Amino acid sequence: MADRDPAWRVLPKPSHPHDSAPLHVTGAARYADDGPEPADMLHLAFGQSAHAHARILSMDLSAVRAAEGVVQVFTAADIPGANDVSPVAGDDRLLADGEVICVGQAIFLVAATSQRAARKAARLAKIDYEPLPACLTIEAAQAANSLIEPTQRMARGDADAALANAPHSLTGSFDMGGQDHFYLEGQVALATPGEDGQIHLLCSTQHPSEVQHLVAHMLHRNSADVTVEVRRMGGAFGGKETQAALFAAAAALVADKTGRPAKFRCDRDDDMVMTGKRHAFRVGYDVGFDAQGHVLALRLRLASRCGATVDLSPAINDRAMFHADNCYWLPDVEIVSERLKTNTVSDTAFRGFGGPQGMLAIERIMDDVAAHLGHDPLAVRCINLYGPGRDVAPYGMTIADNIAPQLIARLRTDARYDARSAAIAAFNAASPIIKKGIALTPVKFGISFTTTHLNQAGALVLVYADGSIQINHGGTEMGQGLYIKVAQVVADVFAVPIDRVRITATRTDKVPNTSATAASSGADLNGMAAYNAAMTIRDRLTAFLARTFGCADTDVHFTPEGVIAGTERLTFAQLCRKAHIGRISLAATGFYATPGIAYDRAAHQGRPFYYFAYGAAVSEVAIDTLTGEHKVLAVDILHDVGRWLNRQIDIGQIEGGFIQGQGWLTTEELIFDDQGRLLTHSPATYKIPTASDRPAHMTISLWDGENVEPTINRSKAVGEPPFMLAISVFSALTRAVAAVAPDVRALPRLDAPATPERILRAVSEHRAR
Amino acid sequence: MSVHFLLDGDLVEIANVDPTATLLDHLRYTMRRTGTKEGCAEGDCGACTVLVGDLEGDTIQWRAVNACILFLPMLDGRALLTVESLAPDGALNPLQACMAANGSSQCGFCTPGFVMSLYGRCVGASGHDLPVADVLAGNLCRCTGYGPILAAGDATGPLERDDSATVAVLKALRDKPAASGHHGDRRWFAPRSSAALADLLADYRDARMVAGATDVGLWVTKGLRSIDTLIFLGDIAELQAIDESPAGVRLGAGVRYADAHAAFARLHPDLGELTRRIGGLQVRNAGTVGGNIANGSPIGDGPPAFIALGAELTLRSRDGRRTMTLEDYFLDYGKQDRRPWEFVESLWIPRPGPDAIIHIAKLSRRFDSDISAVCGAIHLTVDEGMISAARIAFGGMAATPRRAPLCEAALVGQPFTLATMEQAAAALRADYAPLSDVRGSAAYRLDAAANLLLRLWHREQGQAVSVLSLDAVHG
Repeated sequence: MADRDPAWRVLPKPSHPHDSAPLHVTGAARYADDGPEPADMLHLAFGQSAHAHARILSMDLSAVRAAEGVVQVFTAADIPGANDVSPVAGDDRLLADGEVICVGQAIFLVAATSQRAARKAARLAKIDYEPLPACLTIEAAQAANSLIEPTQRMARGDADAALANAPHSLTGSFDMGGQDHFYLEGQVALATPGEDGQIHLLCSTQHPSEVQHLVAHMLHRNSADVTVEVRRMGGAFGGKETQAALFAAAAALVADKTGRPAKFRCDRDDDMVMTGKRHAFRVGYDVGFDAQGHVLALRLRLASRCGATVDLSPAINDRAMFHADNCYWLPDVEIVSERLKTNTVSDTAFRGFGGPQGMLAIERIMDDVAAHLGHDPLAVRCINLYGPGRDVAPYGMTIADNIAPQLIARLRTDARYDARSAAIAAFNAASPIIKKGIALTPVKFGISFTTTHLNQAGALVLVYADGSIQINHGGTEMGQGLYIKVAQVVADVFAVPIDRVRITATRTDKVPNTSATAASSGADLNGMAAYNAAMTIRDRLTAFLARTFGCADTDVHFTPEGVIAGTERLTFAQLCRKAHIGRISLAATGFYATPGIAYDRAAHQGRPFYYFAYGAAVSEVAIDTLTGEHKVLAVDILHDVGRWLNRQIDIGQIEGGFIQGQGWLTTEELIFDDQGRLLTHSPATYKIPTASDRPAHMTISLWDGENVEPTINRSKAVGEPPFMLAISVFSALTRAVAAVAPDVRALPRLDAPATPERILRAVSEHRAR
Repeated sequence: MSVHFLLDGDLVEIANVDPTATLLDHLRYTMRRTGTKEGCAEGDCGACTVLVGDLEGDTIQWRAVNACILFLPMLDGRALLTVESLAPDGALNPLQACMAANGSSQCGFCTPGFVMSLYGRCVGASGHDLPVADVLAGNLCRCTGYGPILAAGDATGPLERDDSATVAVLKALRDKPAASGHHGDRRWFAPRSSAALADLLADYRDARMVAGATDVGLWVTKGLRSIDTLIFLGDIAELQAIDESPAGVRLGAGVRYADAHAAFARLHPDLGELTRRIGGLQVRNAGTVGGNIANGSPIGDGPPAFIALGAELTLRSRDGRRTMTLEDYFLDYGKQDRRPWEFVESLWIPRPGPDAIIHIAKLSRRFDSDISAVCGAIHLTVDEGMISAARIAFGGMAATPRRAPLCEAALVGQPFTLATMEQAAAALRADYAPLSDVRGSAAYRLDAAANLLLRLWHREQGQAVSVLSLDAVHG
């Protein structure tokens, strides 16, 4: 289909700034909480569980009901349909029904005349609990064999035998923490009741269709009775893929029950307590290798804390397994993945979706092999890269688009890795307190939802008789620039300036049954669907012109100077007017499903990904060996986005993803107490990077190449892959710690995030070895 | 009670003000100026940054502050700019135009706050004469990685503002009585002199004093508490004086940290650097030196440094004044040597002598806008290689900011050598029995605090001891 069309072929794309940028900088961009509020609107708050695991013996809500401003209080018994806000497994309750399974779980719902009144009242409940045994940590869940699903195994060859035969072997383990999304706009939903049982929801969600379906189910209605609208989110990062449903369902319940509009605008602390996070992992490994550092065998154990319910944990942990090879050929390998059920908030999607955890595991193993042999870690990485004859992933997919070797080589030169490594060694020799480290780590990230059926998208293009165009698709805008990318695709089909294209809010009444905007797939899927919709209209216009002017279809050309039909030339607006009078439909839907992918989950074999996005980063860091403080001094990135749809937007994704990854591995620490309460539930205690944490030297270059697969404009997805470039920071920090005892041939023990406390401990432990 | 302020040059009168209603809620849900965002409602993210202008002589001194923890009556008699003020006709100013063009916004939710912080820098707002990254330390962005925002800040020069009409109206407002009043049972007082404050405290013994509201604001937004009687200190000019002399610095208790920054840096560069790292700029533009002491935090960040420098505190009441060393003020956790009707009037910090060797350090998970795990100050006097005096104080190591007598004893009379510092570091471990909490374990606190003594010694030998002052090898 696409190859017939010149507009589809790779075009140099203008880098228009984000379509909402002028609205962002003037404060005029409207988020879900920013519209006018109806006078009778209700504000909501949840009463939350104080226990990690308990049976609710009795609830006395009389003080809540009597509190100033309270209009109504709801419990699970008030839910007309399914008490379920889960994406897949049916195990996330809107309101707890008899039992609570984590601290902060919603138990009852207060509707009041102000947000403050609702929140104050929600604290007045008297609830008698019978505490039940609670699993709070990975170790406790392992001991209790508490799992959300059976342990998964992905394997090739005979790892045990290869380990036994390897000249060298190492056993290691380390922990990595989770991460709070810390989207700046908290969870929010506004439900407005319509006639005849209909509900409209303005909601900050990456997954409008799922919210629609869950709300319909919860209210015992049809999906056609519920409309979900999202113009933009104030950040999401995966945290509004499944987690928005709880708040939307609460608002919908109250709107339906009271007949009044209801808004749930979640307080930041409540948001951090109640919503899921990136999964914390414990990694264990046995690796066999030769004297050069070739990995011959790997037995890898990935154990993750999934929280109290299933959520998306199966797919997230699958992706950790898929990325445990990163760019490396692992001949005999066994990857075992334990998905542990704990009485903590259910962990969920977060940029990278398990990929970062799997990738950090293998990168640390590379560092361990290098430290053991006394080799430069980059040398060990390079000899283990996929290459001809050694190009099949542990899940059986051939790595057909491998550019990692060339990309790493170029970055190694451009960032002067070798000269700087030598200079850093000299610096460290002369500096007793401050030690530096440098590391180059690569990224290979698989693009597609690994749940194959999710790889589909729809779009609706409306061309008006004045030549203006409205575009709507299933993708949501969370800041990543999806809307401007798709608008550019449509503008290019008609060869009109982008300001002719009006970007509209994502709505379930325009495009149905959409997938979440996730897995970096937004532009790939929706861009192609919008392209198909626009092409349908263009084909009609082409035929109309050929008929009207008596020329061949091939004599019709859409150009920036106007539409040419044989010897005639008219503006796009003139054409649209003419076509309307000629009774030609100017509206069309488009659809796209990613071809060629299939995956057998039972065997963990197949082709889960359409293609891979690549990148690499060099990070230089310094640590203070007396306090454990560190600073990222310099970062150089070379990243692969294929033929970009929007260069500025893509570079923004790369930089933002990197810094977010840096935060995950350094300053962002989630701490739960021994009762399962999250202690770091506000920006006072949970520390995402600030402006000064961005390295003073930071360069971002784009790899010059195109996608081997016929994606839209031969581009590649960019949302998630750059996040994992920040693994270079962690690797560099490890090397800086190692510099306190340069003769020790062992990798310093270091868990993530590398807080000052962990770095100081690592320094003293490494010195003592 | 009612409140008057100037918004975009227009006088706004709000009647029936609840004294603890926040500016942010009023902007968003009453005035429907929704460009100012709520990110955290506790002054940590900067999405609600606005500029508040005080009349100073014939000019307006603008300050970036967090609207989420600013009580509406605190705005009385002042001027306000929100993000909507900057492009009233839709035409972007040069800063906004640069940010819109260069990718400074992705999701855009934090963007208005960044615009306001940077705009403050463009119009010479107080405390904004810092590098862009420091000006932005109180603004969190989760999308961009900050690069384009920093670039926009660096690329945009001073912007003209004509505040003359605003000056005239504010002068007229100044002649009105202060905005004292009540809302139901809740009272708000805004005295204009220390004497009036002393009288109020004598009359209302349950009153809560509030200056920048960087602490009390959270009682309302997060604690959901009601406070019956509030006395606002921000209109008392006497409390805002900074008197620098060769002997030292005397600061009124109402001096904002941002305004004290330069004087502190002149006392010692480490004290300047510590001040830079107290909160974000919006917090330093609101939070006061006196409030930081009076609220009795076990951490500080100011008090440990002030104690090590030998500071004295003056309390005042209707009965008169009392002066004490700062360490004597802190009695126990949450307990200070202040009677309910007394207030902190001023702080005296002697200027360190030429023989002083000082190291002040704040250790936290993140450099900017974080609360310390350990905040320490070491102040040695060294005569011909011998330590003749030592004042060591730490926050985060005990229930209050406290001196380290055993460590001091291990130093005084000893030669200034690594061996002495190692002995002192060992002694320090007996001075404190810190707790483990989210900011650090007891073991980390002890290890890192002890190591600061070694760090000082290595610094004096000319070694690099701070990762913040390093350049990359990359050239």
